[in-house]
Amino acid sequence: MAGSAICKRESETPARTERAQQNPVFTPRVDIRETETGLLLVADMPGVDESSVTIDLEGSELTIRGTFVPKTPEGYTLSYQEYACGDYERAFTLGDTIDRDQIKAVVKDGILRLTLPKVKEVQPRRIAVNVG
Amino acid sequence: MLWTWPTNRYGSVWNELDRLQRQMSRLFEPFAGGQGNIGSFPAVNLWTGEDQALLTAELPGIDPDKLEVTVKDNTVTIRGTREREELKEGETYLRQERGAGTFVRSIAMPFKVDDAKISAQYQKGILQLTLPRAEADKPKKITVNAG
Repeated sequence: MAGSAICKRESETPARTERAQQNPVFTPRVDIRETETGLLLVADMPGVDESSVTIDLEGSELTIRGTFVPKTPEGYTLSYQEYACGDYERAFTLGDTIDRDQIKAVVKDGILRLTLPKVKEVQPRRIAVNVG
Repeated sequence: MLWTWPTNRYGSVWNELDRLQRQMSRLFEPFAGGQGNIGSFPAVNLWTGEDQALLTAELPGIDPDKLEVTVKDNTVTIRGTREREELKEGETYLRQERGAGTFVRSIAMPFKVDDAKISAQYQKGILQLTLPRAEADKPKKITVNAG
């Protein structure tokens, strides 16, 4: 059911570089859906918006990052905590069939949606059969 | 602060253990089966201020219209649904980690909440409730007169 699969997970594998910050890093939960024209990647990243998400493509490695700076509301103290706040990071390796120039990203309600279209050559095509 | 959160009185070590225990049960939730995790999602953080408290919960991608917050005395209940995105014809999941479903969570506040002044905000996938303490519940100050 809903619960455990919506809660974010702390990153298990250490990032390639040592982190100089104290905040935890989370691995966002991701759905990847294959459509006829490409891939749709959906990631849960509560607390981020369009200005705090970066998507980097280096060679065939696609990295999504979200920065979230925890801030204390003025005049309040944290008296009970069940979840921690921190950055998000996750990397994916793209196949050759993805058109690297056409990747699009949208963030809404803490969800990042990446559209990764396939290159034209591998998209399915229907060949019309004409009457001879 | 005008009140103390009940767990505070045991000191920080017990707080820490309490938190650990919660995290452990959260970890084993998927194996509890059936209705095992009803009541523990979403995870919440509670911020307390002078006369009110802030309750935050991470609920990415939930239609705010499908979120229901109710208050009765000192109990706040969050109810909601995250819809599963249906696959269109010809689509397949290569990876599916995000959950969907209905959840209910009740949280007992350390004071009576003024239900008329409660406000809820949903931003960037985070629900934030501002819960003012009811006027009648606030401690009265008694002036001590010199005899």
